[in-house]
Amino acid sequence: MAEEKKLFKVTIDNITIEVEPGTTILNAARMIGSQVAPPAMCYYSKLQGSGGKCRTCLVEVAAGSTADPRPMPKLVASCRTTVMDGMVVKNTTSEKVLDARAGVVEFLLINHPLDCPICDQAGECDLQDLSYAHGSESTRFEFQKRIFEKHDLGPYIQLHMTRCILCYRCVYVADQLTSKRVHGVLDRGERSEIATYIEKALDNDFIGNVIDVCPVGALTDKTFRFKNRVWFTKPVDAHRHCTKCCGRVRLWLRGNEVLRVTTRRDKWGEVESLPDGTPGWICNECRFEKKHVSSWEIDGPTRIDRHSVIAQGHYVDLEIPNDPLVKVMHGNKPRLLLDIHSVSEVNKPGIDLAALPGPPTSKVYDQGNDKKE
Amino acid sequence: MQSLTQRAQPVDRRPMTWVEKIYLWNIFRGMLITLVHLFSKKVTINYPEQTRPFSPVFRGLHILNRDEEGRERCTACGLCAVACPAEAITMEAAERLPGEEKLYREEKYAARYEINMLRCIFCGLCEEACPKDAIYLTETIAPANYSRRSFIYGKEDLLIPDPNTQPAEYAKARGQIDKKKKAGA
Repeated sequence: MAEEKKLFKVTIDNITIEVEPGTTILNAARMIGSQVAPPAMCYYSKLQGSGGKCRTCLVEVAAGSTADPRPMPKLVASCRTTVMDGMVVKNTTSEKVLDARAGVVEFLLINHPLDCPICDQAGECDLQDLSYAHGSESTRFEFQKRIFEKHDLGPYIQLHMTRCILCYRCVYVADQLTSKRVHGVLDRGERSEIATYIEKALDNDFIGNVIDVCPVGALTDKTFRFKNRVWFTKPVDAHRHCTKCCGRVRLWLRGNEVLRVTTRRDKWGEVESLPDGTPGWICNECRFEKKHVSSWEIDGPTRIDRHSVIAQGHYVDLEIPNDPLVKVMHGNKPRLLLDIHSVSEVNKPGIDLAALPGPPTSKVYDQGNDKKE
Repeated sequence: MQSLTQRAQPVDRRPMTWVEKIYLWNIFRGMLITLVHLFSKKVTINYPEQTRPFSPVFRGLHILNRDEEGRERCTACGLCAVACPAEAITMEAAERLPGEEKLYREEKYAARYEINMLRCIFCGLCEEACPKDAIYLTETIAPANYSRRSFIYGKEDLLIPDPNTQPAEYAKARGQIDKKKKAGA
């Protein structure tokens, strides 16, 4: 190493780390760990130019640098501010930051409808986590929330504009992953909305990734719509040989049904990087067409953070105690007094939810009834 | 050895005297207890003609609620099922079709909703978890039955009568509630 790169020393929440010049405060904090990293709703490290819009990553800079140790007068967006040598940053240790973040969450929630019970993103929603951590219990907003005309984005992607927080991530995805972007943010201010303007379906091969980058439930998978709640499905990592993409995905299963296919997420909620360092975006074929376990080679169960609701019902390292009854009854198993599937209407074999192209409706379930009778 | 409590009493192991051997005194004492109970207040009641007052927090059979216009409140959000410690609740959601707006309150609804009453422990966590005021535990005791099959309660067992299509049943259900409220007030 002829020329040693000069590393910048930055202290975030009293933890000092040396990072390369040009690193943002947010990325430096992420290098330290998730306890220190500020939350981000619009910044997405795999998308160039993202960040700076949602203001949830605001931090206090207590000392600008060793050369100029004056504090920055206002809170700064950590995803857009690069570190300086000797910078002292306060994130969760600063009252001002926590107060500002609570305010930002309140602003984000002003126009966000409280339809989490209906929303398919619930359980893996960044805004849900953020408002759980920083939000207030009740709203002070007394006026009507935004209402939009419904736009149809084609057979794969469902748009709920009322839930959008205008993070622009989906716009960057279309810009950077696809050859031609057909959707964008129209109008301004309160009326700004994600749309295609001329009612055009999003049909690029990689456009399905807008679903994964959406931090809220504004863009959701139509092939998964209402089929199940996220936390009742079982995530497993799987791969297949795909000519268009890396083919490394996460399957969300109910039994052997593949209800949903998504990219693998890292601990920041972003798409996981491949071994060669490029982000593992997946193509529409892998995401929407391959809804059968036989199409995939399963790598193993996904490790879910145990604080996540998705981890409920996943009994890791479960030790099943020996059933003494079998021994007492000379190897005979106890007689099953009720096979729940002979009575239960739920999860009937006649209805293949995974094969449905869209959300199940009363027609689907009525049809299932006929088959049984 | 030192006793742990003061309640232990040494057993009297002396041989019985002649008076004790004919047991007359003991029989008389036993009959006296019977006689006292004969005239004391009975602890049982003639159920179902008589019922005991319920505690206001009594948790019995579940109902699925409807809103003022008779639309089903449940949106199959799954919070009751995830809150259920006994894993008794299962459901399947469906999207509301155009024309079904009078049946279901929200865009999504529970096409299937089942409670396994054999598993249910009546803890009331589903009621607490529900964000839509859709599930309530009533003051009805879950009825007994001979077959296990009949303990899988579906939507038709749980939903309250629709005020639009079944006004008589709905009024009956409501009337009893009002009467109880009056009696309580």
